[in-house]
Amino acid sequence: MTNALLRNARLIDPEAGTVTEGWLRIEGGRIAETGEGPRAGGIDCNGACLAPGIVDIGVKVGEPGERHKESLRTAGRAAAAGGVTTMVTRPDTATPIDTPEVLEFVIRRARDASPVKVRPMAALTRARQGREMTEIGFLMDAGAVAFGDGDAVTADTKVLSRCMTYARSLGALIVGHPQEPGLSSGAAVTSGKFASLRGLPAVSPMAERMGLERDLALVEMTGVRYHADQITTAASLPALERARKAGLDVTAGISIHHLTLNALDVGDYRTFFKVKPPLRDEDDRLAMVEAVRTGLIDVICSMHTPQDEESKRLPFEAAASGAVGLETLLPAALRLYHAEALSLPELFRAMALNPAKRLGLDAGRLSEGAPADLVLFDPDVPYILDRFGLHSKSKNTPFDGQRMQGRVLRSWVDGAVVYDRAAETNA
Amino acid sequence: MKFSQTHLLGIEDLHPLEIKILLDRANTHAEAERGSRQHGEPLRGLTQINMFFEASTRTQASFEIAGKRLGADVMNMAMAASSLKKGETLIDTALTLNAMHPDLLVVRHPHSGAVKLLADKVNCAVLNAGDGRHEHPTQALLDALTIKRAKGRIHRLNIAICGDIAHSRVARSNIFLLGKMENRVRLVGPPTLIPAGAADWGVEVYGDMEEGLRDVDVVMMLRLQKERMDGAFIPSEREYFHRFGLNAEKLSFAKPDAIVMHPGPMNRGVEIDGTIADDINRSVIQEQVEMGVAVRMAAMELLAENLRERREKGAA
Repeated sequence: MTNALLRNARLIDPEAGTVTEGWLRIEGGRIAETGEGPRAGGIDCNGACLAPGIVDIGVKVGEPGERHKESLRTAGRAAAAGGVTTMVTRPDTATPIDTPEVLEFVIRRARDASPVKVRPMAALTRARQGREMTEIGFLMDAGAVAFGDGDAVTADTKVLSRCMTYARSLGALIVGHPQEPGLSSGAAVTSGKFASLRGLPAVSPMAERMGLERDLALVEMTGVRYHADQITTAASLPALERARKAGLDVTAGISIHHLTLNALDVGDYRTFFKVKPPLRDEDDRLAMVEAVRTGLIDVICSMHTPQDEESKRLPFEAAASGAVGLETLLPAALRLYHAEALSLPELFRAMALNPAKRLGLDAGRLSEGAPADLVLFDPDVPYILDRFGLHSKSKNTPFDGQRMQGRVLRSWVDGAVVYDRAAETNA
Repeated sequence: MKFSQTHLLGIEDLHPLEIKILLDRANTHAEAERGSRQHGEPLRGLTQINMFFEASTRTQASFEIAGKRLGADVMNMAMAASSLKKGETLIDTALTLNAMHPDLLVVRHPHSGAVKLLADKVNCAVLNAGDGRHEHPTQALLDALTIKRAKGRIHRLNIAICGDIAHSRVARSNIFLLGKMENRVRLVGPPTLIPAGAADWGVEVYGDMEEGLRDVDVVMMLRLQKERMDGAFIPSEREYFHRFGLNAEKLSFAKPDAIVMHPGPMNRGVEIDGTIADDINRSVIQEQVEMGVAVRMAAMELLAENLRERREKGAA
């Protein structure tokens, strides 16, 4: 069914910045027409919100190499249930995505198994070791949308500058992980009173700013297109602002965890709150929310990182980093809406429109002619999140047992329903 | 007020009155140790396992003697050499041991928070014998008992904790305990060994020994780990001793009757001058070791009482 009429919905248009009560008509998998007011026929959305599907930059899937943590099938189902219609996958898999052959495997598996669109990123250096460049040209031909080494910082600036220079000639986008690797080595939390009391190895937020300053200097030198995967501290913002004003082609993202949680949430060594970079102080969190509102930070992502129980049931220092987020991205983002920090169009600008634009994807818009990648959600329904209800194979969410407000009712990809909560709960 | 803890994981979890109960009980054992040596064997029939994931001679011996004097069956497991090397996780080790029905588990682990992780998985009483840089509660309690016996009280004292605060679980437990008992605590050390945010802990931070020791009642020295030179925390042992090592001259800034403490093992000539350590008029270092046994007896006895109570309720 790639033709449909959705009526009685609140249309969230991140391009226009509007919320309109109206209807939307899908034809041939694309948005054919939208309009205000009531209309007869079709599917009654009962006043729920209809928005462009989320484009999530930085999803880690366990394929290839760690399928017991997450497969393209389970990640795709989790994405559909979370309103994520395009997963931009990370290259830092157990077998890194650093050759066109591995990339093709991912694309083929995704086509067979994932209900949502998958656009893979590829490694910037072989085995993500920061020494030899990957085949950036071949990888682009094979479908890589961006290049980066995940959380492995390319410490050798000469290597990175050459990769950037080469990438620029091909117009490739580089995704950096701004972090000074020496200062942050071994750290499990952000330094401060709390970290010191808990006796955990910690890193100053300055390590992020130092990493960012270095990357931005190289961007200025090479002219490459650059996206910082996560900017999480207020200390980094002036550098980002300067780069923008100087006309560098730079964007920045942040994970939903850094926008909705802070360092104190770690509490009594709760390893589900161990993420990379570590959660920050509340002042930083508030500064980041404001930076998303002003547009200085462009993208909100889930930084979906599945970890099995074994890798988390360890002492905090020894436990693996990362949290699943595909299904909690939207409900957690709605906390910012309910707190009146960000409007719904602002949220979807950062979760759908901006990431799609940055990667040159035809997505993230609610306008006529755009693909009908959509999410229908009730922003108000309250519930307590149960991690075992997640579709992800791994259940490592920091939101387990927390009060959430808002959930996805239905998702479409190219006009076809890929998730229907009513059908799932009745089944 | 009753001592109501299931485990002894840290001083942070204790109420000041619980600390008082522990110290009073420990003092009774300390007196008995010096006199009749009769403790009534309150741990008879109970099994105590000492699990040390990090090498220790003194603390392990202290727990072992405390348990044996109270009649417990004590077993030592040197975990550093065993299953962890075979890839077993901490939780699996805990569950394996739990299946053998121990009553008291004494655990030391190199990672902060690891003892709590283990305590959540077993149904016996767990005592933290040091977890990473987090807490070492029995050390803080034995320090408190030593101070109380020397000074006649454990409140309203000026106490300086000197040296490698950043890597010290002893310092953290002492800061919690001394704060809860309403003492004024100072931290003295080079800035590289003072943890970030320490100034927000309700303590005063000094970078100079003479200033930091001025008019204090108690000087607590901490051990400087020899490997700290590697991470560029301090330039050399001799510069450290010159600036932060305790000698007679620096000690002269403290009150004339100030006592000197050290959790051991000492590096003579690095953090403390040998003559100070051996000065029976100032140093209470040997008494600290003695009080260690008494405090561990008290802690295990109180936890065992609660354990028996829980089991009776469970059986009823």
